[in-house]
Amino acid sequence: MQHSSRLALFHYWVAFAAFLPAVLLGAWQMLVRSPLPAPLDDSGAYYASVTLHGTAMAYVVTTFFTMGFGYAVAATSLDRPIRGAAAAWIGFVICSVGTVMAVATILSGRASVLYTFYPPLMASGWYYGGAFLLIGGSMIWVVVMILNMTAWKRDNPGRPVPLPMFAIAATAILWAWAAAGVLLELLGILLPRAFGWSDLIDAALARTLFSVTLHAIVYFWLMPAYIAFYTLVPLAAGGRMYSDTMGRLAFIMLLVFSLPVGMHHLFMDPEHGSGFKFLQSSLTFLVVLPTLLTIFSTCASLEIAGRVRGGRGLLGWIPALPWDEPMVLAVGLALVMLGLGGFGGLINMSYAMNAMIHNTSWVTAHFHLIFGGAVVIMYFAIAYEMWPRITGRPLRSKRLACAQLWLWFWGMLITTIPWHIAGLMGQPRRVAAFDYADPLIARMGPLVIMSVIGGVILLGSAILLIVILVRSHFGARAQTESLAYAIAVNPPERVPSALNGFGLWNAIVAVLMVLAYGYPIGQFFFLKQHSVPAVGITSQFDSGGRR
Amino acid sequence: MAEQSSYPLRRPLPDGIVPEDVVARTETRWLLIMAAMLVFMLAIVVLTGITDSMHPSSNVEVVDPTTLHLQGEFVESNLGTAVETDGSVTVRIIAEQYEFVPRCVEVPAGTAVTFRLTSADVVHGFLLPATNVNTMVVPGFVAEVRTRFARQGEYAMPCHEFCGLGHHAMWAHVRVVPKERFADRAPVERMSCATQ
Repeated sequence: MQHSSRLALFHYWVAFAAFLPAVLLGAWQMLVRSPLPAPLDDSGAYYASVTLHGTAMAYVVTTFFTMGFGYAVAATSLDRPIRGAAAAWIGFVICSVGTVMAVATILSGRASVLYTFYPPLMASGWYYGGAFLLIGGSMIWVVVMILNMTAWKRDNPGRPVPLPMFAIAATAILWAWAAAGVLLELLGILLPRAFGWSDLIDAALARTLFSVTLHAIVYFWLMPAYIAFYTLVPLAAGGRMYSDTMGRLAFIMLLVFSLPVGMHHLFMDPEHGSGFKFLQSSLTFLVVLPTLLTIFSTCASLEIAGRVRGGRGLLGWIPALPWDEPMVLAVGLALVMLGLGGFGGLINMSYAMNAMIHNTSWVTAHFHLIFGGAVVIMYFAIAYEMWPRITGRPLRSKRLACAQLWLWFWGMLITTIPWHIAGLMGQPRRVAAFDYADPLIARMGPLVIMSVIGGVILLGSAILLIVILVRSHFGARAQTESLAYAIAVNPPERVPSALNGFGLWNAIVAVLMVLAYGYPIGQFFFLKQHSVPAVGITSQFDSGGRR
Repeated sequence: MAEQSSYPLRRPLPDGIVPEDVVARTETRWLLIMAAMLVFMLAIVVLTGITDSMHPSSNVEVVDPTTLHLQGEFVESNLGTAVETDGSVTVRIIAEQYEFVPRCVEVPAGTAVTFRLTSADVVHGFLLPATNVNTMVVPGFVAEVRTRFARQGEYAMPCHEFCGLGHHAMWAHVRVVPKERFADRAPVERMSCATQ
């Protein structure tokens, strides 16, 4: 058990060690693109920074956090040590090596292609190699998760897999499917070109493969938050989970519906026909279902707790909740951000409305609210929950932790609300500098300055997070209980085998993927010559393009 | 609850504190509400898509980016605004690191306008704020967007996709002029306002 805890802690520390500098870069980027003076104001440095911020947040923080969370959940929810711990440590080393390779290449200025790669832009092969090791190495985690679930099922025939384990296994399978897209892109297109084994780049195919990853990866990031909603939040509030079956259904739907939908990132691309864009737009609407289901279950669980604590009337249970518990406060703030961000998401996924905001600051605002806001605030709460259990030292302190969560919430709102508005005004994303002398751009200036203030607040919150974790890490030892999970109001004795495993659902995902992506990917193998020459990105930290 | 001991019990409340049939009934009701919401949202997307005929560029038309300047519709003399025999106009633009060619185009208001764009190097983006004009410009493909400008005015035209270290310098303009004024100057050859 001790071993599994150390495994989790190592992963968490890598995640949070990458998190703080990535937030710092984010805040600096906002300053650079604002009308205010900024230190090191240089466009070459800006694009390297955007690449590093994206790579750190999207690949390093999330993958390491979720892997650590998975090891902790598998050990504690099954109440036995992790099987395959040696393989897990090997995976940790491979992912760490990949991270160092990618980060070092970005810092050298030879990989400013953003974490989404954008071929035919070409970075140094070391960057692609690093990304491949990081993402590929996490497949060891996927296998370890699936093995632990199947081994437990073999030892406990007929019993329902505990919901936290079932959900983290769904996360692992989802990640395996999602990562297939980017791994194929790296292995089949980018790495061969970077090493000079091929001349031309099939940019359209590469974009399409990346779209397979690009939406489901967001759900991979989201899963730990949802697992906390179902299994940690009710207990922290002093209640019970509303329904075990609904939880299983939600995680199955997240697996099935988050995959055949990635082409909504390519609505505005000319290399795909409208039929498949429309099909995937419609499928995208289905991913709303598990989220609505989860919001319902979470609120119902909280209502049980609030009423037990003396809340009366239609909404009286809400103020009765223990808002001084970080986990409860985090879920409240997360639901607000999920609601606001989800509304924006409905616009993005709409086949036609997307044209108003595609690739504007609106989109940046959307995913910062959902991922940077709702999901990451749950990562914080999970860390506050698990740190004492893993280290055996109590959190120092809950009040400070709640202050950190509030700061993050307000920082995120102050950052993203101006971005939404600037996006509607047509402010493009990923731009190092604006000519504020242009009257069409000048009116966005005040909005950009507002978001800088939000960025500074977020940075303060991130520093506070690390302070709290370090302080707790070196505090005095005290008796702490092991991690516990909420149990449903009516715990199931047995569940149908379809709700206790993933065989059927994997088959359904396979069919949906062939339907949704078979032609869009296949067309490139018989479409007339459309591959293009690669365009290298050079290091220009000094001169930095034309400003 | 607060500070003393976090969660003393695995089961702080007794089983069945909400009866099983109440849970089932509430959930069924919520499932119906969810289904209704979904149908409503999908209907809006389908209806607006059809009635406003808002379609992103989906023409899947290939072009060789290495010979754009030598042959085909994107040779230099054919770039800019062209008037078609039916009175509509077609605007042809090349996106390249780090400019649009031509970098200013003029089109008439109240007229069907077709933009045809392609890239000479990497992926670029084409956006006219506050309109429905928005497309990716992927090398190897022609992106076609149709629109109609209701009012005259000047639109900024930023590249909205990261295209390299000079990406932020890639801005151009579209000038929408009254139909009559455009007709006066109706070009025999292709026209642009890039030099003005």
